[in-house]
Amino acid sequence: MSAWWLRIVNALFFFALPLTCYAQQPSGKLSVVTSFAKDVTDPVKKAFEAANPAVTLDVQNRNTNAGVKFLEETRSNNQVDLFWASAPDAFEVLKSKSLLQNYKPKATGIPEKIGQFPINDPQGYYFGFAASGYGIMWNERYAKANKLPDPKEWQDLTSPQYFDHVSIAAPSRSGTTHLTIETILQGEGWAKGWATVRRMAGNFREVTERSFGVPEAVNSGQIGYGIVIDFFAFSSQASGFPVKFVYPSVTAIVPANIGIVANAPNKGAAEAFVDFLLSPAGQNLLFDPRIRRLPVNPAAYDKAPAGYPNPFTDPRLNSMVKFDVKKSEARNDAVDTLFDQTITFQLADLKEAAKAINEVEQALAKKSNPQAKALLDEAIAQMTAVPITEEQASSPEISGAFSGGKGKKGARQAELEQQWASFAKEHNAAARAKAAEALKLAK
Amino acid sequence: MTAVEFGSGGKGAAAPRAAFRAGWGQLAIGLLVLAFLLVFLVWPVATVIWVAFTEKGSSSFTLTNFADFARTDLFIRSLWNSFYASAMAVVGASMLALPLAYLTTRYVFRGAKLVQVLGFLPLIMPPFVGAVALQLFFGRNGSVNLLLDDWIGIKIPFMEGLNGVIFVQSIHYFPFILVNLTTALQNLDRSMEEAAQNLGSHGFRLFRRIVFPLALPGYVAGASLVFVKVFDDLATPLLLNVKDMLAPQAYLRVTSIGIADPMGYVISVVLIVASVAAMWASSLATRNIDYATLQRGGGGHAKRELKSLSAVLAYALVFVIIALVLAPHVALLLLSFATVWSFSPLPDGFTVAHYVRVFSDSAGLIKNTLLYATLAGLIDIIVGTAISYLVLRSKIAGARALDLLATAALAVPGVVLGIGYLRAFYDIRLWDGTSLASAWIVIVIALAIRRLPYALRACYAALQQISASLEEAAENLGATKGATIRRIVIPLMTGGLVAGFVTSFATAAVELSATLMLVQTDANAPLAYGLYVFMQSASGRGPGAALGVIAVLIVAVGVVVSQRVAERTRRIDNGSLGN
Repeated sequence: MSAWWLRIVNALFFFALPLTCYAQQPSGKLSVVTSFAKDVTDPVKKAFEAANPAVTLDVQNRNTNAGVKFLEETRSNNQVDLFWASAPDAFEVLKSKSLLQNYKPKATGIPEKIGQFPINDPQGYYFGFAASGYGIMWNERYAKANKLPDPKEWQDLTSPQYFDHVSIAAPSRSGTTHLTIETILQGEGWAKGWATVRRMAGNFREVTERSFGVPEAVNSGQIGYGIVIDFFAFSSQASGFPVKFVYPSVTAIVPANIGIVANAPNKGAAEAFVDFLLSPAGQNLLFDPRIRRLPVNPAAYDKAPAGYPNPFTDPRLNSMVKFDVKKSEARNDAVDTLFDQTITFQLADLKEAAKAINEVEQALAKKSNPQAKALLDEAIAQMTAVPITEEQASSPEISGAFSGGKGKKGARQAELEQQWASFAKEHNAAARAKAAEALKLAK
Repeated sequence: MTAVEFGSGGKGAAAPRAAFRAGWGQLAIGLLVLAFLLVFLVWPVATVIWVAFTEKGSSSFTLTNFADFARTDLFIRSLWNSFYASAMAVVGASMLALPLAYLTTRYVFRGAKLVQVLGFLPLIMPPFVGAVALQLFFGRNGSVNLLLDDWIGIKIPFMEGLNGVIFVQSIHYFPFILVNLTTALQNLDRSMEEAAQNLGSHGFRLFRRIVFPLALPGYVAGASLVFVKVFDDLATPLLLNVKDMLAPQAYLRVTSIGIADPMGYVISVVLIVASVAAMWASSLATRNIDYATLQRGGGGHAKRELKSLSAVLAYALVFVIIALVLAPHVALLLLSFATVWSFSPLPDGFTVAHYVRVFSDSAGLIKNTLLYATLAGLIDIIVGTAISYLVLRSKIAGARALDLLATAALAVPGVVLGIGYLRAFYDIRLWDGTSLASAWIVIVIALAIRRLPYALRACYAALQQISASLEEAAENLGATKGATIRRIVIPLMTGGLVAGFVTSFATAAVELSATLMLVQTDANAPLAYGLYVFMQSASGRGPGAALGVIAVLIVAVGVVVSQRVAERTRRIDNGSLGN
C-alpha cells in the first residue's frame, strides 16, 4: 500500500478509526461527555492538552440525565471516550448497563475511602477524582434584610423563622441532593431522619428540578438558604456573590467521578486523561477558584490555599456518618419517589400544615400551655409520618414496582405513588386540624 | 382521525374549494409532505412513545398505564391546571396584543414599525438566563418588589403559582397573537371599514363588528398557538417551580435517570391528543365563514388620524404595554453588564468583561444559529404553505389530517424528539462512517419540525384571507396551476409567509431541549447550547446573559430584515395588481 492511499484513508476515517495502535503516545481527538460547567472543564482541558500536545479534548456538555441517555442511545456506534460527572448513582446506572470499561489508574497515594465513602468503584469502572460535601449556603444580604441567624445544623432549618426561606433540588433530579437526603436518613435513622427532612421541607420555598437552580436562586437573592454541594458555594464566593456556607455535622463527603466508556474509540488517550486527573498536576487544578473542589489525593493539600477544607485532617469532616452504599442503592427509587410524592408535588399542602404548626410554636414560646403542647406534638407526628417503614423501602415488592418486569408481585409504581400522595395529603390535613385546636388553647 | 369528514365536509361559504380538482400535482405534494412528517416526526416519536402502551419492564401491550393516569390525583390536577392556565394566558395575551396590533395598523402611529419589532421580542427568551433575568426583575426579591417593599411595604407575587405562570406566559407568548393579527389587519381591505364608517359606525363598534371579524383568521391562528403552546410549555412552569401541570410532569418523568417509568410517555400522549383536539376545535371557529376579500391591504384610503386626547392615551397605553413586556429583556441587558447582582434593585457595578469573555466563542455559535434557524424557518414556510394549500384549496382526502399531524409536533416534548432522533437515525451511517444523527442537518430538521406549527398557522391564516376567485381568474386566463401559485398565491401570501418565517426563525434560534440531545461537537453548537454551558456555574451567569443579549439581537435583526423584504414585495405586488 502506498503512502498517499493511507493518508486519504486516514483523513476520511480519522474519527471513526480506533486509535489503539497509537496507545503508547496518546493522540487524536478525545471526546468527553460531562455535566461540568465550562469553568471546570476549561482549565483542565488547557492543562491536559499542554501535557499531551497530540490530543485534542472535545468537551460535550450535557446534564447528567441527558448524558446517560445519550450513551445508551448511541452505544451501537459509540464515539465517546469518557463520562465525567458528579453523581455516583449515574455511574452505577452506566456500569449496570455495561456502558463503562474498567481500568487501573497509575496514580499512587489515593486512599480507599474519603470520610466513609469509597473513592473508587471496587471493580475499577469509575474513579473519584474530587470530593465534595453537602451543606447549607446562604445569601448574607438576604439574611440581614430578614434578620435571620446563621444556621449550623440541618435541625436549625426546621425552625419556624426559616419558613419560606429554604430551597433544595429534588433528589430524583439531583444525584448529589439524593445523597444528602440519604445521609440524613442513615445518620438519624429512617423515622427520625424523615421527620427532620419533612419539617425542613415545611420551610421550603421551592424544590428545583436541577441542582444548579438552588445556588442560582441564592446568588440572586430570590431565596435565602439553599441545601447544596460545597463547590457551588465556594465558586459563587469566588465570583463575588455575598454568600456563606457551612457543613452540618451530619453530612457526607462523596466523590465526583470519571469513567472510561465501553468501546471508547480513543482508549489510550482516555486512560491518559484519567491518569492526568489523578496525578498531582491534575489534583492541584481543583484549587482553581472557579473549580474549588476537594482533591482525593491527601498529598495535594500541601499546596492548598489557606483555609481550604481538608477532609483527610479536618476533625469535623472526619466524624461523618458511616455511609452504607448497599443500603442506599437498594432503596434509591423508593426514597426519591417518597420525596417527590410527599414533598415536591405536595409542597403547598405541606407548607399549610407547617405554617399552622409554626404559629402554635410561636404562641407557645410566648406563653406555655401543656395541653396545647401535647396537641402540637400530635400535629407534628401527623405531619412527619412516613407511609412506609425502612424494611418496606428496600423490600422486593417496592423495588419491583420501580423496575417492573413480567410476573412481579405487588403494586405498580403509579399505584404506590397515588397511595403515598394521599397518605401525605390526609396526614397534612390531620396535622392542620390538630394545630388549629392547639392554637385555640395556646392563645 | 377526522380526515375523511373534513375532506368532504366543507359546505356553504367555503365552496370555492370545489372549483379545484385534485390533480396529480397536488397528490404528489401531499405525499411528499406526508413522507416528511412520517420520517422526521411520527417514526422518531413513535420509537420513544410506544413505552406508554407497554407493561413496565417488559414489552407486552397494555392500556393499564392510561387507567393509572386517570386514577392518579396528581395527573388529573395537572391536566386541569394546564387547561386553566392555557385559557387564562390566551385572555392575558389578547389583552396585550389587541391594542398594539389595532393601534399600529389602523391609525397613523409614529413608530408603528418599532412597536411591531419590539412587541415581537418577548417570544425570544433565551433559556435559563431569561429565567434568571425575570426573577431578578419580577421575583419575590426582584427589583420591582424590593422597591415596592422599600416605598410602601408591600410585595406583589407576580411569579407565584398558577397566576405567575399565567402572567409570565401571557407576556412570553402574546407575540403569537400580535404577529398574526397584525398581518391579518394589514391584509384587510380598508374600503370595508370606510364603508362602515360612511354608514356611521366608528370607535369600538367599528372594531367589534367589522375589523375584528374580518381579521379573525389571524387572531384565531395566534390565540390557538398561545393556548397549545402554554399547554405544552415546560420551561415557564419549571422556572416558577409549578410542577402540577402536565408538561413539567412529563418532562420530569422522561428525564429521570435509570427509572423506566411509562407514565412520562403516557402524559406525552395525553399532551399530543389534547393539543391536536384544541387545534381542531379552533379550526371549527373559522371553518364555515368566508374571510377572503378581493382587495388587499393597500386599497382604500390612508390610515385614520388619532385625535389629540385619544392620541395621548393611545401612545401611553402602547408605551406601558411595551415597557411591561420588555422588562425581562431590560433585566437581561443589565445582567449582561453586571458585576454582582444579588438582592438589590440594580447591580452593584457594571463591566464589559462578560462580552469580552464570550467574544472569542461566539462567532461560531452565531454562524450556526443563523444557519440553523434560517434553514428551519424556510423549511417551515415551504411545508406550511403546502399543507395550507392542500387543506384550503384541494379536495385531497386527509389534507386536514396532515395539518393536525404537523400541529401535533407542538406537543412533543423536545427531549422526546431528541431521543427519538438518536434512536431512529443513529444507526444510519453516512459515507464517511459517521452517524446521520451527528450531522448538523439533523439539528436543522429537528428545529424545523418543532417550529412547523407556528409557520403553518401563519401560512394558513394568510391563505384563508385570499379569495379563490383571484386564482380562478388567473386560470381562466390560461395560467397553469403552478403559475397561478407562483404568480398570484405566493405574492399575496407574502405577509403571512414572513410572519411564519419570523416566528419559526426566532423561536428556533433559542431552542434548546432537542438541540441538547443532538449537538455532538462544539463546532456544530448553536447559541442556545453555548448559553446552557455557561449557565451551569456561578461565574458563567454574566457571560450567559451576554450570549442571551446577542441571541435577542440576532433575532431582532432577523425580524427587521424579513419585514423589509416583505414590505418591498408587497409594494411591488400592489403595483402590479393595480391597487
